[in-house]
Amino acid sequence: METFAFYVFAAIAVIASLLVVAQRNPMYSVMLLITSFGALAGLYVLLDAPFTAVTQIIIYAGAIMVLFLFVVMLLNVPREEPLPSAIAGMLGPSGMRLGAVLSVLLAAEVLWALSRIAPGSFAPEHAESVSSVANIGRMLFTQHAFAFEVTSVLILVAMVGAVVLARKEH
Amino acid sequence: MAAWMPSPALLAHLGLIFVIFQMLVLSAAFMVWMERKVCAYIQDRVGPNRVGYAGWLQPFADVIKLITKEELRPKAADALLFSIAPVISAAAAFAAFAVVPFGTSTTLFGLLDEPMPLQVTDVNVGVLVLFAITSMGIYGIVIAGWSSNSKYSLLGGLRSSAQMISYELSYALALAAVVMLAGSLSLREVVMSQSGYWWGFIPKWYIFLQPLGFFIYMCAGVAETNRAPFDFPEAEQELVAGYHTEYSSMSFALFFLAEYVNMVTVSAVATSLYLGGWLGPLLPDWLAWIWFLVKVFLLLFFYVWMRWTLPRYRYDQLMEFGWKWLLPAAVLNLLATAALVLWIG
Repeated sequence: METFAFYVFAAIAVIASLLVVAQRNPMYSVMLLITSFGALAGLYVLLDAPFTAVTQIIIYAGAIMVLFLFVVMLLNVPREEPLPSAIAGMLGPSGMRLGAVLSVLLAAEVLWALSRIAPGSFAPEHAESVSSVANIGRMLFTQHAFAFEVTSVLILVAMVGAVVLARKEH
Repeated sequence: MAAWMPSPALLAHLGLIFVIFQMLVLSAAFMVWMERKVCAYIQDRVGPNRVGYAGWLQPFADVIKLITKEELRPKAADALLFSIAPVISAAAAFAAFAVVPFGTSTTLFGLLDEPMPLQVTDVNVGVLVLFAITSMGIYGIVIAGWSSNSKYSLLGGLRSSAQMISYELSYALALAAVVMLAGSLSLREVVMSQSGYWWGFIPKWYIFLQPLGFFIYMCAGVAETNRAPFDFPEAEQELVAGYHTEYSSMSFALFFLAEYVNMVTVSAVATSLYLGGWLGPLLPDWLAWIWFLVKVFLLLFFYVWMRWTLPRYRYDQLMEFGWKWLLPAAVLNLLATAALVLWIG
């Protein structure tokens, strides 16, 4: 049953992600990205990490994608326009070669990372630490307190930057 | 028993899901009737009184009318998204109720070996699941607004999403304060932590510890469900009917259904978080769900009452209220609650 659910969610995630880049209509891309995030949340549930699954939905599928939708709706570009020459130049043969090299690099990185996973690292005692919200909170505020605080400062900086950019000059 | 037969526990659970689904649909029908009746009396009219006793069958007559109407779609609309939008709205509205507990547990008078809790599923991150599903409901409205290819729909959809994003923050902060007090994210445990009395007669409901939180929750809840006085997405003087201007027949009915089911869910969650859920005096455990129904009904009545009493805000007032008053109040409430919890231990 769980294996079946895994294949269903994985297939949805992969197909939706591929379709995101294959779409001409940005609105459909956004919707497919949300679908893909939803499928990922399903995978997190299967991994006994309900908190991660729910935050995935709330933050990515809920908050961030709504902003994406906003931008797409406000710009109102139902079809992608022919690109201006500066960007079109990057889509020429040389740009494509660069893209090919980058994707090969990415694939190599993923393979390298996967090959380094020790067989025991998915033992149940590790799963325990992500399945309970209390544990995640404790880890976040003790072991990873520095990273947590730095991230919050980073977000604050982004917020201040957005306010400065959005403010009208009088 | 043959191996292919589902166990009685599974059957009972499926039955429970079916009953809850039907109850939500019926409660939406009841809400339509109540809204029209209460509105009529507030405006010194009688309201629907022809179909059935005191107009009881009016919602069903409306549904039959809607089903038999022609389904229209603007020529320039995006066909796929246009038809998906109401489904997303309605599905999100119904799904949110899955984590709400409405009673203790039952063995169905001894039919089951183990007692079955009166709740579809008790997830240990229930409050967050609720929040996640609510945020998915926005998409139905946004997509409806965009795919109709009409300026009124688009403006309605944009307004609604801006409003929901603004109020979701206060909503979440109000919920977080209750979660802190209860020490759990499961709605059932939140309800259970409210059992007992102070000085023997005041029930230990969180509304008494979190009056400000309750106020914030109710304001944000009204804004989230797009009800008056915050019903900007469908402000008819400015936007015709907002995001569902181009919808007709059953797809319109689905939006309507979603709105009422969302109201029921917001009230049910308020009942669980602030009013002690199914807890109450006098009734035995197996009838405790009656208390839940009574509390939810009172909140729903309050909703309707408010809609026909208060005029609609202006859009800039709504945004100002949300960001400059409600959000700071919610943050202060959260900080004060955290300090209280730390102090008492």
